[in-house]
Amino acid sequence: MSAKAPSYWKANQRRLAPWLFLAPGLLMFAVYVIIPIFQSMWISFYDWDGLGEATWIGTANYAEMSSDPNMVKSFWNNVIWLVLYLLAVPAGLLIAIFLNQTVGGIRLYKSLFFFPFVISQVVVGLIFSWFYAPNFGLLYKVIEFFTGKGVAVLADPDLVTYGIIAAGLWPQIAYVMILYLTGLNNVAPDQVEAARLDGAKGWKMLYYVILPQLRPATFIAVVVTVIGALRSFDLVSIMTNGGPFGSSRVLSYYMYEQALSEYGYRMGYGAAIAVVLFAIMMIFISGFIWKMWRDETER
Amino acid sequence: MVHKQAGALALVAALLMSTSAFAQDKRVLKYNADYDPIPLAAMEALIADFEAANPDIDVQLNNFDHEGYKTAIRNFLTTDAPDLANWYAGNRMAPFVNAGQFMDVTDVWEENGLNDALGSAAASMTIDGKKWGIPYTYYQWGIYFNKDAYAAAGVDVPGPEGVDWATFISNCEKFSAAGIDCLTTGTKALWPGAGIFDYMSLRTNGYEWHMDLANGKVAWTDDKTRQVFVELGKIQPYVTANHAAIDWQDAAALLVQGKAANYVMGNFAVGVFKEGGMTNDNLGFMAFPEITPGIPRAEDAPTDTIHIPAGAKNVEDAKKFLAFVASADAQTKLNAAIGQLPTNKNSSVAADDPFISAGFEMLSSAYALAQFFDRDAPAEMAKAGMEGIQQFLVQPEQLDNILARLEQVRGQVYK
Repeated sequence: MSAKAPSYWKANQRRLAPWLFLAPGLLMFAVYVIIPIFQSMWISFYDWDGLGEATWIGTANYAEMSSDPNMVKSFWNNVIWLVLYLLAVPAGLLIAIFLNQTVGGIRLYKSLFFFPFVISQVVVGLIFSWFYAPNFGLLYKVIEFFTGKGVAVLADPDLVTYGIIAAGLWPQIAYVMILYLTGLNNVAPDQVEAARLDGAKGWKMLYYVILPQLRPATFIAVVVTVIGALRSFDLVSIMTNGGPFGSSRVLSYYMYEQALSEYGYRMGYGAAIAVVLFAIMMIFISGFIWKMWRDETER
Repeated sequence: MVHKQAGALALVAALLMSTSAFAQDKRVLKYNADYDPIPLAAMEALIADFEAANPDIDVQLNNFDHEGYKTAIRNFLTTDAPDLANWYAGNRMAPFVNAGQFMDVTDVWEENGLNDALGSAAASMTIDGKKWGIPYTYYQWGIYFNKDAYAAAGVDVPGPEGVDWATFISNCEKFSAAGIDCLTTGTKALWPGAGIFDYMSLRTNGYEWHMDLANGKVAWTDDKTRQVFVELGKIQPYVTANHAAIDWQDAAALLVQGKAANYVMGNFAVGVFKEGGMTNDNLGFMAFPEITPGIPRAEDAPTDTIHIPAGAKNVEDAKKFLAFVASADAQTKLNAAIGQLPTNKNSSVAADDPFISAGFEMLSSAYALAQFFDRDAPAEMAKAGMEGIQQFLVQPEQLDNILARLEQVRGQVYK
């Protein structure tokens, strides 16, 4: 009898096996990523200091955001980050094309250009804050030499965000450059050859022959740059703590300040900021996923 | 062979029994703290004295990193409470007191006559008429100055009695002419600017008004608040430019190098000044000048404290320890080692340190002691307030916007 009716496991082995293999990963992902997302959304409806009783206040946290100048400032700083950070893509492409030639010692130059990406963001932040530092910083001294009056970038509320973004671009350009260098390795030489026979060179060659072949690399570069811009936290934290008077805050740093820093512990408000940041990220992430899905199905 | 094994077993058993008996003898007192190396050594010496006096108690000190402790305390108070924990006085302890995480220790104060001995710190340890911990050390704030910078600018060096406000401002003009920053600070971490504001407020409108402001009873748009900023505006042009991008240690370097003359700071900065090469001969200290004549002189004196968490297991011995820490002798010894001031008025201080003795003199004759802006005001107000102060020091023309924003925050914080 048992021989006639195969067990449930035998009958469905092929269907079940992938899920069994996925189970540990899915469990971890659910416990540490998916569930906390919903918990954050839940907490964002409370007024809670992390210690005492949490009181349900509905959407009051979200209502407060609209009249909170710090929130507005952080949001616009995030927009500036997003726009300027994307400069890493053309800059990285430029350097990659420049380095994509066979000269003696090119490997050394490549690794030197890649170097900033290897350093941790914290070190990048420290290097740049010394570079900008009033009284002894290199940039300060140079400006002082030419104009007679130094500019302390990190003390100036109008310049500070740009100063931090410049620091962030340094490793980001290196990252994009590496993506493009590997992409350039895969450019088909016969197509370049054919284009050359047809008389294409310079910008035309780049735009009509090289760039289309680099599309996968461009896609990844844009994705990592957009996500990198939205989660910019370490540089702000290291270089300015969001100052002077909150001029360089971004959403992720403001969330940390409200929920977890020394003067914060407004868990509900911090969670609400996190939800807003998540929503902004979702716009981009779903766009990327949609594009990837479309590419897969077209093939 | 068998005999040997049996013998070894018996030995092990005997050892086990003796150690367990040993452990039973001593009652364990778990103490979570956040000391830097020098205070840690001083506290370990104090604990050794306490254990010598109470051989049946074993104090287990669990030292945390200073910054990490501020986060850790919120976790361990609710999950795995020790018997003793470090924290700070004033509004800083209010969240824990209100959440029922600290134990009422009014009885320790009553039984040991501490209401009198620790009188100057009593108010800052009281919430709802009860005492919530024991202060063991504090330090004075005031103006530290470089006498060489005074000489270089041709300004008379102030005596121990300090100068008046008009003289201070006119000195600033002379320093400015000589290319020296009259007043330096580094507000990257925000709190150093609050020290200046505290004194402007205490000297302009007095202690009671200042505490009302910190407790949200006075509007930020009030005329008296405006008056504080008017006075602050008089020295604003003479404050180190770019202070928003530098840390307090960088500003200390400016004072040491003679590029700045005065620095409103806490006494812990003396160590940094001296490491930079200053000595008792060219480093001076004075109380912040009087601004509104006749206002009783109040000072900033941030107090460090020890508390018993509500979840403590060995409360009886913890109270014994608190009483010991509060005693005059223990405080004398501890504070001599860390170079700060004892809160017990019967303690003595080292006479050979001019800054310690000046501070002890200044605080014991003060009308009242404030904790510091970020300890007197609730966290959210403190953060917004310190940002406002920093902004005013950079953009004084924005005063109306700053005050309007702080008033908005006040409406949200104090409900």
